Amino acid sequence: MEEVPQGCPGTGSAQAGRGASCQGCPNQRLCASGAGAAPDPAIEEIKEKMKTVKHKILVLSGKGGVGKSTFSAHLAHGLAEDENTQVALLDIDICGPSIPKIMGLEGEQVHQSGSGWSPVFVEDNLGVMSVGFLLSSPDDAVIWRGPKKNGMIKQFLRDVDWGEVDYLIVDTPPGTSDEHLSAVQYLSAAHIDGAVIITTPQEVSLQDVRKEINFCHKVKLPIIGVVENMSVFICPKCKKETQIFPPTTGGAEVMCQDLKIPLLGKVPLDPHIGIQEFCGHHPPKEEHFLSS
Amino acid sequence: MEAAVGVRHIILVLSGKGGVGKSTISTELALALRHAGKKVGILDVDLCGPSIPRMLRAQGRAVHQCDSGWVPVFVDQEQSISLMSVGFLLESPDEAVVWRGPKKNALIKQFVADVAWGQLDYLVVDTPPGTSDEHMAAVEALRPYSPLGALVVTTPQAVSVGDVRRELTFCRKTGLQVVGVVENMSGFVCPHCAECTNVFSRGGGEVLASLAGVPFLGSVPLDPELTRSLEEGQDFIRDFPKSPAFPALFSIAQKVMSEAPARLS
Repeated sequence: MEEVPQGCPGTGSAQAGRGASCQGCPNQRLCASGAGAAPDPAIEEIKEKMKTVKHKILVLSGKGGVGKSTFSAHLAHGLAEDENTQVALLDIDICGPSIPKIMGLEGEQVHQSGSGWSPVFVEDNLGVMSVGFLLSSPDDAVIWRGPKKNGMIKQFLRDVDWGEVDYLIVDTPPGTSDEHLSAVQYLSAAHIDGAVIITTPQEVSLQDVRKEINFCHKVKLPIIGVVENMSVFICPKCKKETQIFPPTTGGAEVMCQDLKIPLLGKVPLDPHIGIQEFCGHHPPKEEHFLSS
Repeated sequence: MEAAVGVRHIILVLSGKGGVGKSTISTELALALRHAGKKVGILDVDLCGPSIPRMLRAQGRAVHQCDSGWVPVFVDQEQSISLMSVGFLLESPDEAVVWRGPKKNALIKQFVADVAWGQLDYLVVDTPPGTSDEHMAAVEALRPYSPLGALVVTTPQAVSVGDVRRELTFCRKTGLQVVGVVENMSGFVCPHCAECTNVFSRGGGEVLASLAGVPFLGSVPLDPELTRSLEEGQDFIRDFPKSPAFPALFSIAQKVMSEAPARLS
């Protein structure tokens, strides 16, 4: 993927190939000919590929470090507890791919076959894909600009041989930028069930999460609901609760009431229990997905 | 236009990982430097999630123009901390900045070239997580003005350290001089029974610094008073010297002031 010039007007713009900043861009002629304005053929290809995927769920947050990857991993495990349910977990955090580590799959490599890239299977019915599997060393940095990241996401959606899948869970990086736009754009013809938005209780998180909710509205992505992670800390010794991340503006509960979005649940910050047990004890969350 | 030419030291606060406390450390570092008598600027290049205005009680402030460009927002009456953030350019605090890379790059370039930073001892640059457009744009735009220092923030657990190793590679590849590694959210002392729990595991920051051959500047414990003071835009360094996180934050600032000039010259 080549670099895009700084003032790139966008390949779909009327100025594509014609603007001053287009001079010298390797794609200038292509854009000026109007080819850039045509829809990306990958969108149709991905629609075809996704015909074997029943439910697609994006896990989002405007804020970093709230537990998107942790939640995605444990949701995937929770759904895969039923051997007859095929689950796929796709990690599109290109710069900070956490899923391999969380799933205990570090060092695994991706294999190519005639039908595309094979996901890495952690269980017979749980396959995983991440850029982490394409890096040869844990120190390798993925220092890519937007267009190159978009290309990778396109490949993940188009070229991975997921097979017959009941649930595809897509873990995303924080923010409202290239990765999020690309995921929504490339899946636009394939119907996304919706987004689960993760937050922590404090306003510093909620202010970013409200932006993420606005992003969802802008791109017409349905919101399944919000999960408040790290709600309270339960001391392993005395079992008393402390709010390490105080909900100074009412936490996710008040935000969800204000914005009329379901609050799917609150997860405590308990190093001994963690989310796994929560997923096990709270099947209503999975029923919610099944019914939506 | 030489907008950042009066800045003596530029420090980017980075982490491969989200939610480790970059904005927290940027804010507390700026407050501590201010209390040591330094003039500080904060450049918030997290365009999707600009946290700094709230942390310094500067939400809703407007950016004005002067002959030399945009005037950064002064967060205090003494005008010892100035701030520029996309947060000041949004019509509403819930407005999402849904931009692809090239548009983000263009704004970051403007934040460096078109803002009249004036004479500063330190410019602290708060970044979003990752190693992508914003980071490359900030490094490219700032490089002409001063040797660039990096303060790398992690939390103790392996998932963070894994991402931060990549960030250290980014620093190496882009010629950023790593001033040091800070480990945040290092343990929590239960206020009821005083038991210390390593909520996010332990030890990762020190090991990381040692592996990468860079200074380890300190561990900051989880402190609900710190979180609350950031929520409310208070001056934690001035008002909470007895709080658990204070000693570490103060010491980190001292180390930055003593290490940075030598490492960045």
